[in-house]
Amino acid sequence: MNKLIAWFDERIPMTKTWNIHLAQYPAPKNFNFWYIFGVLATLVLVNQILTGIWLTMNYVPSAEGAFASVEFIMRDIEYGWLLRYMHSTGASAFFVVVYLHMFRGMMYGSYQKPRELLWVFGMLIFLVLMAEAFMGYLLPWGQMSYWGAQVIISLFGAIPIIGDDLTLWIRGDYVISGATLNRFFALHVIALPLVLVILVFLHIIALHEVGSNNPEGVSIKKPKGSVPDSEKPKFTFHERFTKKYDIVDAFPFFPYYIVKDLVGVAIFLFFFCYVIFFAPAMGGLFLEPPNFEAANPLKTPAHIAPVWYFTPFYAILRAVPDKLLGVILMFGAIVALFVLPWLDRGKVRSVRYRSALHKVNLTVFAISFIALGYLGLKPATEVYTMFARIFTFLYFAFFVLLWFYSKNENTKPVPERITK
Amino acid sequence: MKQLIKNTLLVAASLWSVASFAADPTVPLDKANVDLHDKASLQRGAQLFMNYCLGCHSMQYQRYNRTFRDLEIPEELGVENLQFTGEKVGDLITNAMATEDAGNWFGTAAPDLTLVARVRGADWIYTYLRSFYVDESRPFGVNNAVFPNVGMPHVLEELQGIPRKTTEQRMIDGEMQDVYVGIKTDGSGMLTDAEYDQAALDLTSFLVYTGEPMMLEQRRIGWYVFGFLLVFLVFAVLLKREFFKDVK
Repeated sequence: MNKLIAWFDERIPMTKTWNIHLAQYPAPKNFNFWYIFGVLATLVLVNQILTGIWLTMNYVPSAEGAFASVEFIMRDIEYGWLLRYMHSTGASAFFVVVYLHMFRGMMYGSYQKPRELLWVFGMLIFLVLMAEAFMGYLLPWGQMSYWGAQVIISLFGAIPIIGDDLTLWIRGDYVISGATLNRFFALHVIALPLVLVILVFLHIIALHEVGSNNPEGVSIKKPKGSVPDSEKPKFTFHERFTKKYDIVDAFPFFPYYIVKDLVGVAIFLFFFCYVIFFAPAMGGLFLEPPNFEAANPLKTPAHIAPVWYFTPFYAILRAVPDKLLGVILMFGAIVALFVLPWLDRGKVRSVRYRSALHKVNLTVFAISFIALGYLGLKPATEVYTMFARIFTFLYFAFFVLLWFYSKNENTKPVPERITK
Repeated sequence: MKQLIKNTLLVAASLWSVASFAADPTVPLDKANVDLHDKASLQRGAQLFMNYCLGCHSMQYQRYNRTFRDLEIPEELGVENLQFTGEKVGDLITNAMATEDAGNWFGTAAPDLTLVARVRGADWIYTYLRSFYVDESRPFGVNNAVFPNVGMPHVLEELQGIPRKTTEQRMIDGEMQDVYVGIKTDGSGMLTDAEYDQAALDLTSFLVYTGEPMMLEQRRIGWYVFGFLLVFLVFAVLLKREFFKDVK
């Protein structure tokens, strides 16, 4: 066995990679509940890819056959319903864990220097994930698939001059049709997953280059020679990490965080499997009732709502009376997150040591996001629109206020080391 | 800071109360107590569907033999008594009415009913089937309180009898108006009111079944999965504890 490993190690950096990224990767010792969602996102990604491959084996990407083939999978394929529900639930679960993962980053300042690029890769993953989910939602070819896509694609029509030609180019037809379905299928099963996997790879490489942040926002890398041996952890870390720094308050990712994450994974799977086996439509949130009716280009549903994970942005779009401005603001809501590392001019990472103003600001932001998500599910009545405007304002106010107060923020003293 | 939290909570609370006023269905829906374990009810529902609905409404994603198997109907018995269209037992439940004809006859295509329970919900179907009433202004002489101006005739009339609308005077916006409160039948049907309600429930149950024919199996497996996860969780916790002894 050892000989075999040696044989490989002479030809490919097998053991070295294992050590750098797992067995000798120093992870801060104080990871809490919020640090499970990266692992969970990876788990869900694997779930989506595997179930997706098997769904593709029986799915028919055509306007005539798509809806019936999904029902064929649900009824006539052995455990086809399980594959389909794992995939549809996985889509929503992906956004649940990614939103929580992003909020974790915002709470503990994980986007701040030197992790800006790590954050940007994460945001790119989020962007591609949205495109992936949007295109995947067209594939069952139900009423909501069809009309939801109609609404979203028509947004590009708001762009001056090229708008109409652009929507035509995206659809490949004057309305959503089989041509649109086929290209969305190609992008959903090949192009975007490939980009997604590459971005996840880059995200992890960037993380392991700069090292993980932690709830205290305190670095575990101390200047070389500044820490007495008695205070160093008793574990071996790879020389890549210890060459320039003394590592404190950490232990190797494998096996410690792997076994800890297993507990988190088990708990997550309880929720995940509850939905799959007992509430696959999740009360119409994960699978919308009108989507059990085949797409009909001549019959517009009374109320078109995107799936829940898009509704915060959809609510922002509807809150603005002007279509173009609405589209700009909607994309602006995502762009603002992209540039968060440069909007936040503070030096203190963790919310634990930041000002009361920041705590309030972040809380209001979280509430606004959830409220917008709720409002996006509802019809745009006068009262709802008014609330959507208020929360859109608060959403953007977070970034503007942050830029102003973070320069000279009244922060608490940050400890030298991770206490506890 | 406290004041701010208080204010945000207030806004959230008021948003919530606004939300609860938003939904307003035309008629309150009656609860359909569907029990998918009640095979007799599902069998009666299938019988009603094949006799009264299939003429116009297909069930194009569901197969005869799957239905017979799940409903515990012996295949020969099913083929003999529930299959009227000369198809094979493994075929999908379709009918011969062309969409174009349906458009001419009813003004719209009769929707496929395989998944109708997932689109509308069981309560909606149950109430709909019991909400036809005489309305001479409509082409088929009937209207429906749940689905106003529906293009469908009251197919189950021979079972229910002739239903008439009952109304009540209520104050709305400062004016007394007639409000629909329910229907009353004239007793000319083959079934009593209670029997008709049961028939409507049987048919609803059958449609709930066809919407998700895998539902019972899905739930059954779900409990095993939970059982496995519980064991997995216990071992994961023990494993974590064992390893974290090193870290202390």
